[in-house]
Amino acid sequence: MDTSIWRPILYLIGIMVFAGLNAAYLGWCERKGAGRIQRRTGPMEAGYEGLLQPLADGIKLLTKQLLVPSGADGILFRVAPVLAMIPAITSLVVIPFSENIQARAMELSVLLLFAIASIAMMAVLLGGWASGNKYSVISAARAVSQNLAYEIPMLLTVICIVMISGSMNLRDIAMDQQGGFWHWNIFRLDNFHFLYMWVAFIIFFICSIAETNRAPFDMAEAESELVAGFMTEYSSMGFGLFMMGEYLNIVVGACLTTTLFLGGWDCPFGMFPGVWWFIIKIYILIFTFIWIRWTYPRTQIYKLLNLSWKILIPFSLVNVLLTAFFIKVF
Amino acid sequence: MSGYWNDILVGSKSLVTGLMITAREFFKPVVTEQYPYDVPEMTPLFRGHVELIANEETGAPNCIVCMACQRACPSDCITLAGEKKEGEKKKSLTQYQLDFTKCSLCGSCVEACNFNALQFSKEYNLCSFNKDDFIIDLVKRLEDQN
Repeated sequence: MDTSIWRPILYLIGIMVFAGLNAAYLGWCERKGAGRIQRRTGPMEAGYEGLLQPLADGIKLLTKQLLVPSGADGILFRVAPVLAMIPAITSLVVIPFSENIQARAMELSVLLLFAIASIAMMAVLLGGWASGNKYSVISAARAVSQNLAYEIPMLLTVICIVMISGSMNLRDIAMDQQGGFWHWNIFRLDNFHFLYMWVAFIIFFICSIAETNRAPFDMAEAESELVAGFMTEYSSMGFGLFMMGEYLNIVVGACLTTTLFLGGWDCPFGMFPGVWWFIIKIYILIFTFIWIRWTYPRTQIYKLLNLSWKILIPFSLVNVLLTAFFIKVF
Repeated sequence: MSGYWNDILVGSKSLVTGLMITAREFFKPVVTEQYPYDVPEMTPLFRGHVELIANEETGAPNCIVCMACQRACPSDCITLAGEKKEGEKKKSLTQYQLDFTKCSLCGSCVEACNFNALQFSKEYNLCSFNKDDFIIDLVKRLEDQN
């Protein structure tokens, strides 16, 4: 099966459909969710409950002109939005949706995922810098310092998981957590890992919000200070690709959290394991992303960095030590 | 050091409180009005342009063409005319024109009317590219309503 020609083709079709639908409909979900939280209805006009709204938005964006400002670096300016999409789609190669649904079960898939995820930050940096606009440059600088600060605690918590599972293969990590919620890394009973792994989960989740540049950590966008940050000069599908990239990053973040902490495709009660459990879990996490975005106001850049360097990094370091201790002692 | 732990605990608690509030709001019913599909009822004191009050039995306007409203109007919005029909004691209204472009909704006409013939309407959906659309024939409006 590994050498079969069908594998890459099925992967391409499947992942593109999954990515496309998610990128389009998470926008709708976000607007509906925001509406409900603020006790509005959200989009209602295009189709039943506004279900055709993403399509209408897409057509509208496609008919607009892609403007390149005169002071901008033409090539980088055009490359950046594409660069925002590529890492997100590429990351989905190694995500194990279920025991049998995975494009590639690479040995070092965790490493690959985080290496690729750092490229997404490059898109923001390039887009902001190439725009030749002061707001965009400030936004690019913020995005870099923010990603740098939050990548450290994120990777430290992932080290805990890798130590527990003894593997850098996402599929092995998920297989290791099968058989009920007490085997999941967040509540893991053996070796008393549940005592501190929930802290690791919270740290990981906060970091994935920050990594995807979502509110309350959307310092790179910060429309009240920086217009739209790195997206200020983008119009048409350039803007559209950035938006789709953002939503896909959320999906990847949710997939990763599910695989690393919530047992992947495993059912909490050991019944009907399968891809649907994975889907249910990622959509609960995505809903939490939306819920958080519409609950908290944006933080300041200083507080954002303080949170990471003063709280998250020490906590995740202690977590790594505790993990090593518990593995060794029990 | 105690401040550090305190910040974390109090901060986390307030974050959870915030999430609970939005979660509660999420399941409450929608409060916004879906305007074109869901037309609001105006409050009793809402002032639209004036309209004639019809006699409850006959459906004809209560107005007896005393001209009090025309005299009371500070902006000369109101033009009305009437005639005395055969066999009737009072004059009856034939024409009542309101120039709503000049009206400031001061209500002097409604106040001046002693015969319960004028009131503020609840009309708020007025919009047009043409100025003439706001010169309103109130007699015709009353007939259309009947």
